[in-house]
Amino acid sequence: MSTQLKSESCQNGSLISIQNVSKTFNPGSVNEVVLFQNFNLDVPKGQFVSVVGSNGSGKTTLLNLLCGSVPADSGAIFIKGQEISALKEFQRARFIGRVFQDPSKGTCPELSILENMALAENKGKPFGLSMGVNRRRTDFYRSQLEMLHLGLEDKINLPVGSLSGGQRQALALLISTMTPIDLLILDEHTAALDPKSSETVMELTDTFIREKQLTAVMVTHNLKFAIRYGNRLLMMHRGECVIDAADEQKASMDTDDLLNKFNEISLEVGN
Amino acid sequence: MDVLLGLLVNILEEGLIYGIMALGVYVTYKILDFPDLSVDGTFPLGACVTAALITIGMNPWIACLCAFAAGAAAGCVTGFLNVKLKISDLLSGILVMTGLYSVNLFITGGKATVQFYNKPTIFSSGLGGILPEPLRPYKVILIALLVAAVGKLLLDLYLRTKSGLLLRSAGDNPQYVVSLGRNPGRMKIIGLAIGNGFTALSGCILSQQAETANIASGTGMVVMALASVIIGTSLFRRVKWIRSTLAVIFGSILYKTCLVAAMQLHLPTNALKLVMAVIFAIALVANNMASGRRKKQNVNPTQI
Repeated sequence: MSTQLKSESCQNGSLISIQNVSKTFNPGSVNEVVLFQNFNLDVPKGQFVSVVGSNGSGKTTLLNLLCGSVPADSGAIFIKGQEISALKEFQRARFIGRVFQDPSKGTCPELSILENMALAENKGKPFGLSMGVNRRRTDFYRSQLEMLHLGLEDKINLPVGSLSGGQRQALALLISTMTPIDLLILDEHTAALDPKSSETVMELTDTFIREKQLTAVMVTHNLKFAIRYGNRLLMMHRGECVIDAADEQKASMDTDDLLNKFNEISLEVGN
Repeated sequence: MDVLLGLLVNILEEGLIYGIMALGVYVTYKILDFPDLSVDGTFPLGACVTAALITIGMNPWIACLCAFAAGAAAGCVTGFLNVKLKISDLLSGILVMTGLYSVNLFITGGKATVQFYNKPTIFSSGLGGILPEPLRPYKVILIALLVAAVGKLLLDLYLRTKSGLLLRSAGDNPQYVVSLGRNPGRMKIIGLAIGNGFTALSGCILSQQAETANIASGTGMVVMALASVIIGTSLFRRVKWIRSTLAVIFGSILYKTCLVAAMQLHLPTNALKLVMAVIFAIALVANNMASGRRKKQNVNPTQI
């Protein structure tokens, strides 16, 4: 079993294609929230998309729809031309890597760094009764950890639970990209870190995405990161993209443009 | 002196036999964080299956394996109720425990106790039969020790396999198992099968020692097993060379010691279950107090 989807004949060559997706929370109750109505989005292979937007704009729901943690009401989601709506979250995880906001979610705190990496490397293969950690792979794991420049290669037998948030998040990033994946999902993955650690983790993210030529969707509240990294920027509001800028257009934007748009939206909704 | 020696032999015999159950409950309670009440039903299940099989003349060691398999099947039912049908963990256990009462009666043919005196058991035949004369009085200890040790070593070995590592992650961080493309619910079912398998094996060994299977022998087993696990893991946490799997067997022996000591104070036999519950409560409170102190000592550096 491979960890990547076989490429089917795509209609338009996009890696992600979200077509006419609608999502309503608490339908039929006073708390009804219509978030997406016939939402469409195409992401070509190799694009690094940053998504910004206020709370409740649908950023995280977009990621949850992609990963399968939340089912869509209607519409279709294609990855590499394959409809994935019928796949459960854990089945989609075989070709989608995800790093969460909470650093403790991307690793198993009780297991050692070595054991975590051994599990991650086995993703997509059966988890049977052979020994979990292959000691001969230790050098490979060390070389991978060296790429993080956090000195983790010397703490390989330490339980992950004893690492700091930044170290754990860097490890989670490494772990989620260890096997070849089609799509990397970054869910506000620097939000819970201190400024220094979040810079480090963001730099690492960018390096990994470039080196492994990954397609990535990153949700962030950090406008600076959204401007500086990635080659496409989306601003979401009430389940719609109010800004969609790619390549040169994105390169010409700065944080003020984003802030102005935010203010404009706030005025519209009467805040 | 003889009385004391007799007590010690009794403590070790029962401590080791119940220690096998503690191994199983360690998997469900400590690794999976699943308070599994079906243990009260799978313990007598193991005993009843053994009684039925030994009565029809099956090799007692094979009866042990069958008891383990029966317990594992019951554990799968608990897991199925919880994972697939989304019934809460406590209720799934209660449902299986209640259902097993009838199943056990069905296995024993409607009798509350089944005796199989003078039939070959693991203590009287084979290995138990060839023990040299001076060791005979300790044959129960030796054979229970053998079963507990083999069980512990196999469990240790399993927990280091790929499947075992995934099981540990499933209890610790189910989302991580999802990220690895695996179903954490399946790991939960596997863990419950292992846990209840060990419990039934423990019931099987106890019934072979007594040469009787008692349908009511399950009452209080959850309390006894949890107490062993909590006493063992909290007392020996700091001792590096004692793994948790060994610690819970020590916990079981210690618990039995407390129980025997309490009964030596000439309490009426009817007070046994009350004493069991009280000792468990004391262990829980002591464990909470100890972990409270530890938390204060290790302040999380990110929270300063």
